[in-house]
Amino acid sequence: MRGLQRRQFLKISTAALFGSLMTKLAAPLAWAEDFYREPPWKRKKPYWGFAVDIDKCIGCAKCVEACKIENNVPKEPFYFRTWVERYVLRKNGAVEVVCPNGGMDGYPDIEDEGGVAKAFFVPKLCNGCEHSPCVQVCPVGATYKTEDGVVLIDKDYCIGCRYCIQACPYGTRYFNPVTQTADKCSMCYHRITKGLATACVEVCPTGARIFGDLSDPNSALTKFREDNKTESLKVHMGTEPKLVYKGFDKEIR
Amino acid sequence: MHAQLFESLSHALTQVQGYIYPNELELQWSILIVLYPYITGLVAGAFILASLERVFNVKAVKPTYRLALLTALAFLIVAPLPLNLHLGHPERAFQILFTPNPTSAMAMFGFVYLWYLMAVLLMEVWLDYRKEIVGWSKTEPWAPKRLFYKIVTFGVDNVSPRSLEIDDKLGKALTVIGLPSAVLLHGYVGFIFGSIKANPWWSTPLMPIIFLFSAMASGIAGVLLLYMILSAYRNKDTDMKCLDTIGKFFLTALVLAFSLEMLETIQQIYEAEEHFDILSLLVQGKLYFSVFFVQLLMGSLIPMFLLGLIQLTDLPEKVRKAFYAASATFCLIGIFAMRWNVVIGGQFFSKSLRGFTTYKLELVGREGLLSAVVVMILPFVILAALIYLLPPWENAEHAPPAKSSET
Repeated sequence: MRGLQRRQFLKISTAALFGSLMTKLAAPLAWAEDFYREPPWKRKKPYWGFAVDIDKCIGCAKCVEACKIENNVPKEPFYFRTWVERYVLRKNGAVEVVCPNGGMDGYPDIEDEGGVAKAFFVPKLCNGCEHSPCVQVCPVGATYKTEDGVVLIDKDYCIGCRYCIQACPYGTRYFNPVTQTADKCSMCYHRITKGLATACVEVCPTGARIFGDLSDPNSALTKFREDNKTESLKVHMGTEPKLVYKGFDKEIR
Repeated sequence: MHAQLFESLSHALTQVQGYIYPNELELQWSILIVLYPYITGLVAGAFILASLERVFNVKAVKPTYRLALLTALAFLIVAPLPLNLHLGHPERAFQILFTPNPTSAMAMFGFVYLWYLMAVLLMEVWLDYRKEIVGWSKTEPWAPKRLFYKIVTFGVDNVSPRSLEIDDKLGKALTVIGLPSAVLLHGYVGFIFGSIKANPWWSTPLMPIIFLFSAMASGIAGVLLLYMILSAYRNKDTDMKCLDTIGKFFLTALVLAFSLEMLETIQQIYEAEEHFDILSLLVQGKLYFSVFFVQLLMGSLIPMFLLGLIQLTDLPEKVRKAFYAASATFCLIGIFAMRWNVVIGGQFFSKSLRGFTTYKLELVGREGLLSAVVVMILPFVILAALIYLLPPWENAEHAPPAKSSET
C-alpha cells in the first residue's frame, strides 16, 4: 500500500513538473500578443520630453546663445549643448549643411538660389534617449537617467574617460575643458524642476521648441505629439529618443 | 593650457571637410588610446605564446617560454598607464573599481586587469621561478638582491621534489585558466570598440576576435624579435627549431587576423549601408596610407609572404632568420597602424556621415607624442629589470644574463 502511494506521488509530481516545464517552454509563442510596451511616462509623473517644429525654426540661434549663458557652456565655437543646422537641398540632389559657431554667427549667403529645392533649419540637442547609449557605457555611473526621464552628468563624479561622447550617436556631448568632464544638455534641469521652461524654449521667438511633461495628457507637448506626425533621429539604433521632430526630411542626420 | 587647446582647435576648424557636428571637432581619444589596445595585445599574444609550451606541450618553443611570460608581465604593468594619463580626472580612476557600472564594458577593465595580473601572470611567474628564487635567496652574494629574493619566496622555501611537482601542476592549471583570461583580456578590449553602435567603423561583432588574432600576431612577433635580439646580445645561438615553430604559429595568427579583417571589409562593401560612402572616403582619403600600405601591405601581406615562403621552400638558416626578423618588425608596425586606424580613424568622420575632422599629434603635453614614446619605452625598462632579477634563460644562474651558462 505504502509503495503504491509513493509510486503514485512520483507519477503525479513528474507529470506536474513536465507540464509546467512545457508551459514555460511554449510561453514565448504567446509573446507576440504582448509586444506592446507601455511608455515610461504612463507610469512616472512627471516625465519630461522635447519636440521641435522644424517648419517654425527661423535659424536665429537665440536658443544656442541662451543655452550657453544659462549653463556656463564655454563660449568657444567647439562646445555646444544645443546648436542649429541649416540644410540646403538642391534640385540637383546636392545637400549642403552648415552650422557656423552653432548658428550664432549667422549663416553664409546661399549661392544660386534658383537651384535650391528647399532649405530649413534643424535645432539639435540631447535626444533624451529612453535607452541611452551614453548611460550604458559610463564606467562609473556618473551619467544617469533621472526618475523623470532626463539624462544628466554628475560632474563631481565623472572621471573624464570620454566613452559617453563616443557612444552618443547624435554628437550632443562634449568634453568641458574647464571641468575636465563630459558635458551635455541637462534640459535645464535646475529650471524645469522649479516649474520654469528651459532657457532655449524661453527665448525661442517662434515656438519652434516645445518642452513639456509627457505624462500630462493636457500638456502642450502631448498635444503636439498627438496632433502631428513626428520623427526622431537615427531610430534604427534603438535608442528611443524622447526628442521628436515635426517636418522631418530624410536628409536630416 | 586652454589657450593652447583653443588655438589648436581653431586651426582644426579650418581643416574640416564637409559637415561635422560642432562638438565633433575635437578628437576625444588620442594616441594614448591607440597604445592601450596595442599594449594589451602584446600582453595577450605573448601569454598565448607562452601557454603553447605549457598547455599544448609544444616543447620546441620552450626557450621563449619564460621570456614570453616576463614580456607579458612587463607590458601588462604599463597597460593602465595610457588610460590613466588620458583621463580628465585621473585621481578618480579608482571609482571604476569601487562603483563600476555593470552595463559598461569599460568598467570591467579593472577587474579583468587585476584578475589577469594577480591571479594569472604574477602567480604563474612566481610558481615557475620558485625553485630558483629559493636557491638565489641563499646564494646571491649581493645583500639587497638576496633580500629581494628572500621576500619573494613569501616564506615558502620547500623545494622538495613533491613540492615542485605540485608547483608544476598548479602552474599548468593556471595556464589553462590563463589562456581564456588572455583571450578575455583582449577580446574585451575589442568589445570596448565593437559595442559602440554609434560608430559604424567600430561597431561589429567581429571586432573582439579581429583584435584577438591581431594581438596574437603582434605578441608572437614581439617575443620572437626580443628573443632574436637578446640572443644576439648574449652572443648565443638562436634555437632554429624554436624559431621555425614560432614562425608557423605566427603565420597562422596572421592569416586568421587578415582573413577576418577581409571578411569584415567584404561584408561592409557588399551590404553598403548608410555609412558606406563616408567609410570608403575615409579609407581612400585620410587613412589611405596607413590602411593600404602600413596595415595591409607591410603589416600583413609581406610578413605572410615571407613566412609562407619559409614554409614552402627550403631556405638556409641565415635567410630564415632574416625573414623572421623582418616579418616580426613589419607586423609590429602594421598592427600599430591597425590600432591607429581603428581608434583615430574611427573618430575622423562625423556621425552625421557628412564630413571629416582632423587630428594633429602634438609633440609635448599629456597626450602628446613624447608621452606616447615614454609609455612605449617603459615596458622595456621593466622587462630589463625583470630579466635582471629573474633571468629567463635555461639553466640560468643568479649571475647577470651575460654570464649565464646556457647549454
